[in-house]
Amino acid sequence: MRRIGIDVGGTNTDAVLIEDGKVTGAVKAPTSEDVTTGILDSLKALAATGVLKGKRIDGVMIGTTHFINAVVQRRHLTKVGALRLGMPASASLPPFCDWPEDLAEIVRGGVWMVEGGHEFDGRPFMPLDEAAITAAAREMKAKGLRSVAISAIFSPLDPSHEKRAAEIVAGEVPGASITCSSDLGRIGLLERENAGLLNAGLADLARDTIAAFEQAIRDSGIAAPLYITQNDGTVVEATQARRLPVYSFASGATNSMRGGAYLSGLLDAMVIDVGGTTTDVGQLRHGFPREANSVVKVGGVRTLFRMPDLMSIGLGGGSHVSLDPLKVGPLSVGYRLLREGIAFGGKQLTTTDIAVAAGRLALGDRAKVTHLDAATCARVFGEAQRMVEETVDRMKTEAGDVPLIAVGGGAFLVPDKLEGVSEVIRVTHGDCANAVGAAIAQVSGECDQIFRDMARVDAIARANELAADRAVSAGADRATLSTIETEDMPLAYLPGNALRVRVRVVGDVAAT
Amino acid sequence: MDREITLDDIESLAVGAWVLGTGGGGSPYLGLLNMRRLYREDGLRVSLMSPDELADDDMVAAVSNMGAPLVGQERLTDSRTIARAVALMEEHTGKRFRAIMSLEIGGGNSIQPLMAAAHLGRPVVDADMMGRAYPEAQMTSVAVGDLTPCPLSTVDVRGLESIVDKVPTWKWMERVSRKICVEYGSIASTCKAPRTGAEVKQWGIKYTTTKAIKIGHAVREAQRLHQDPIAAILSVEPGKVLYRGKVKDVERRTTEGFLRGRTKFDGMDEYRGVSMEIAFQNEWIVAWRDNQPIAMSPDLICVLDSVSGEAVGTETIRYGQRVTVIALPPPEVFLSPKGLLHVGPRAFGYDIEFRSVFA
Repeated sequence: MRRIGIDVGGTNTDAVLIEDGKVTGAVKAPTSEDVTTGILDSLKALAATGVLKGKRIDGVMIGTTHFINAVVQRRHLTKVGALRLGMPASASLPPFCDWPEDLAEIVRGGVWMVEGGHEFDGRPFMPLDEAAITAAAREMKAKGLRSVAISAIFSPLDPSHEKRAAEIVAGEVPGASITCSSDLGRIGLLERENAGLLNAGLADLARDTIAAFEQAIRDSGIAAPLYITQNDGTVVEATQARRLPVYSFASGATNSMRGGAYLSGLLDAMVIDVGGTTTDVGQLRHGFPREANSVVKVGGVRTLFRMPDLMSIGLGGGSHVSLDPLKVGPLSVGYRLLREGIAFGGKQLTTTDIAVAAGRLALGDRAKVTHLDAATCARVFGEAQRMVEETVDRMKTEAGDVPLIAVGGGAFLVPDKLEGVSEVIRVTHGDCANAVGAAIAQVSGECDQIFRDMARVDAIARANELAADRAVSAGADRATLSTIETEDMPLAYLPGNALRVRVRVVGDVAAT
Repeated sequence: MDREITLDDIESLAVGAWVLGTGGGGSPYLGLLNMRRLYREDGLRVSLMSPDELADDDMVAAVSNMGAPLVGQERLTDSRTIARAVALMEEHTGKRFRAIMSLEIGGGNSIQPLMAAAHLGRPVVDADMMGRAYPEAQMTSVAVGDLTPCPLSTVDVRGLESIVDKVPTWKWMERVSRKICVEYGSIASTCKAPRTGAEVKQWGIKYTTTKAIKIGHAVREAQRLHQDPIAAILSVEPGKVLYRGKVKDVERRTTEGFLRGRTKFDGMDEYRGVSMEIAFQNEWIVAWRDNQPIAMSPDLICVLDSVSGEAVGTETIRYGQRVTVIALPPPEVFLSPKGLLHVGPRAFGYDIEFRSVFA
């Protein structure tokens, strides 16, 4: 079993080789503007260490913060046509109604609400207004919209209206990227629709990014399938990730936490991952990130799908520093650190420059930062410490000191002593924890369907079997399967004691 | 004197009403979104009037949304539908309403009168008929008072409108209106039997809008200042902490249109090793600690997120959530023998003698 894990962060692209459960190679390269070069460079660097020589690679697993960064930073987003099937209901709360206005301005390409959707018991709420959908699609085309998000009332129970509308839109707007909300979320129209709108807003970025990943692997001469890691620490094939980029939203953070657990051997601890642009803090429970209980806000947008419970702040190795008044982040030079940081001959003062001046890091040219005295460095580190302590404290669920695993390339910003922390743990290859987490990612299988006339325990057991079979056919080793999610919901008024059961199982990739 | 309700008050009302919802009543979020738009984009405002200011012969509309919260989360809430239910009742009776009040302060129904009031330009009365949330129509102060249950108007967003003109009892009203509601798709906006000012003053549960705003404000302030939100609630309401723990199992089943089931908890902190189980019928009804019933309707059993202080609903509670269970005192009207007949543990099928946490 030999896998390469790659994490493409905003600042660095890390790559590790894991053979039979051990990290046998780890490298770091700056993320490039075109993504491909950064991955290619990291793969070349990994090859240059000699660890790949003559070995067959079973898979390349890539995790990336690209998609979530695009939403948070409001960049590289595609204008979306929102098509909701549910009139005359919901008219006073149109798509984008609870979005932050700045993000809505960027993504909202137009809103169309037409009749359609279903009742909870499968009856149509209103007949689907196909003529209105055709007219809407033509207007979208006239406006030059190429990405469309379709939502319908109760589509998780009956997706047929969304699917039919998708056909019509595809016929009118050839080549359009279409997201159906039923592919993404659960009951709760606004939150599911929001996830769909975000997904559609990432259409161009996802297409370009995944193509760049594939190009880089081809160019490096490695013949192995590409997998993309998802929010829950599992992997999917590249084609699916391209279609549903929101499922890979938080994979960078999940990978860091899973990698931190793997490298430290600790299963229960807090993890802080300091990257180039952002710092994520989360909590490990049994080696997996604690999951957010309900609605998760992404870039200020309420969504409803499984995400790790994380708190992110704008602090990292590339964070802008201004001294008067003192401010660290949230702006960051990101991957341009080696060009724009003062220690590298640039003009922007960053946290890395401070660390170089203070002697914490040996990078760039220390002579360029001698004007930063010890007191200045202490002030900046003090601010970073305050930001970290507050975030760790807010993510704790109980009083008392807890161990904290510090990972990521910017972990130099985390001091050894912190309020509320029993011990700061640093691990070998901790700066590549996210790539390690990607490399050890598992395969999942899911069952989400309605069972009738069965006892609850029997329905759940049956759903477990179906999910397990799907995981195995996706490449999981049956002996390693475990259930990570079980959810059941009775469906009101349906005849025959109907129960909707959702089960998710994960397992290790089977040895080939 | 009527007082203008600010948008910040409404934000607090949404949080406080969810706490008073005792696990049910539906999330007020969608109503809140409607109010934000009505205030910000349409420039509408709502004022709050004390029930004591009503003249005896004033007519008051009691409104609520009826049905499954799950359906509401899909169809969303349109503020015009509840306003239409009030207008339909005025057309039916030929009498103009002086003001609008909530049937149920717990959950999403706390916002319904505000939406109707904004569109119709009437004040909202600072009172309701449950002081919390309950699943059935006869579980109200006015039903305990044997006031007339009819007529009732029901409106669906598609333009379906019905009046239940005459029924002999609240039970009959529940049965007939529930049938209409199910046919509409398990959700309907309703205007209940019109009440006179005199009836509201005698049987209304007073000042509950203000109470919900106060609780919500306490939680929001605690969140803002990173203080303990549970302690904040207990500083404004005479409640008691019953338990702290995490969710171990949730069992739900739907019968007769109600969400019934049980949730089990594992104790944490000073409750380590102590078990807790709470049965629900839409709302939390009876709580057993170490197999002894310690809190039951009409006492308010509130399951709150231990960190945020926000209420956790019976529909959304899930494994692993860390919660604090508190009890809040019940409205006086439900403590009489007649009141307990309507909302005591036996009304929900539990053969337990009512004993209040606050007795």
